[in-house]
Amino acid sequence: MPVIEIAGKQINVNEEGFLTKYDEWDEEIAKVLAKQIEVEMTDAHWNIIKFLREDFKKEGETATSRRVQTVGGVPVKEQFVLFPKKPAKKMAYIAGLPKPKGCV
Amino acid sequence: MTTTSPAIVPNFGSENSDRKLAIICSKGNLDMAYPGLILANAALGEGVETLIFFTFWGFDMITKSRMNDLQFSPAGNTAMHLPGSNKHLPQAMMPAPGMTAIATKMLKKQIADLDVPEIPDFLDQIVAAGGHLWACRMSADMNKLTMKDLREDVEGIINASDFIEMTEGAQLLFI
Repeated sequence: MPVIEIAGKQINVNEEGFLTKYDEWDEEIAKVLAKQIEVEMTDAHWNIIKFLREDFKKEGETATSRRVQTVGGVPVKEQFVLFPKKPAKKMAYIAGLPKPKGCV
Repeated sequence: MTTTSPAIVPNFGSENSDRKLAIICSKGNLDMAYPGLILANAALGEGVETLIFFTFWGFDMITKSRMNDLQFSPAGNTAMHLPGSNKHLPQAMMPAPGMTAIATKMLKKQIADLDVPEIPDFLDQIVAAGGHLWACRMSADMNKLTMKDLREDVEGIINASDFIEMTEGAQLLFI
């Protein structure tokens, strides 16, 4: 697995660029990741990213869009506005988590 | 000693991909209602423009008086097994009274356990994600149904030619 430099730190990622170690993530890194995929972070974005981080810690897997709506309280429609086209993957990437496994 | 690789950024595709998917939902059994919606939802999550055309028995999925009552029958389904085993359930038992209700309840529970929504909720989510729902003219006429009988987010009742015209260049799935 590659190690790349993000925000001046050595970070483990997979072949696609998703972080592979939960504890290597921090907000500085998230800002760089967001910028790389052209997402401008606002409070609404951070709210989802923080939910994903917390939820992953409890559940051991990345929340799907569905779960971000039902448990995280952010409607799917809003997720598409905040992270256009591919919300589930973009949210996971910025949160330093693997892509969601679930189909729905 | 570790070597730092050059930056790797996932490819989330171009913002203006023109990929388009058309799904024709023609079945009203609970088990056959899901595949189309799961694929539609996945396509939308990948940024693919998605249109769904509801026709024949699939019309029940968007008909207000029927959409909460889709059922699953194990009759004729030779892939039904005793729960947790590879043993086939005898087909002769399947038409027994109450079997459809039991099978429907079991399937609904299995689906809910995976946090997958019921059909009306699922369509809500698909529309929220930008999906388009269309109803088949012939099915509406056969069932004597009009727009007021259908979910509010159905965009119209159209004929087959209209649907073929609006899905030009799309990939197509018939379920």
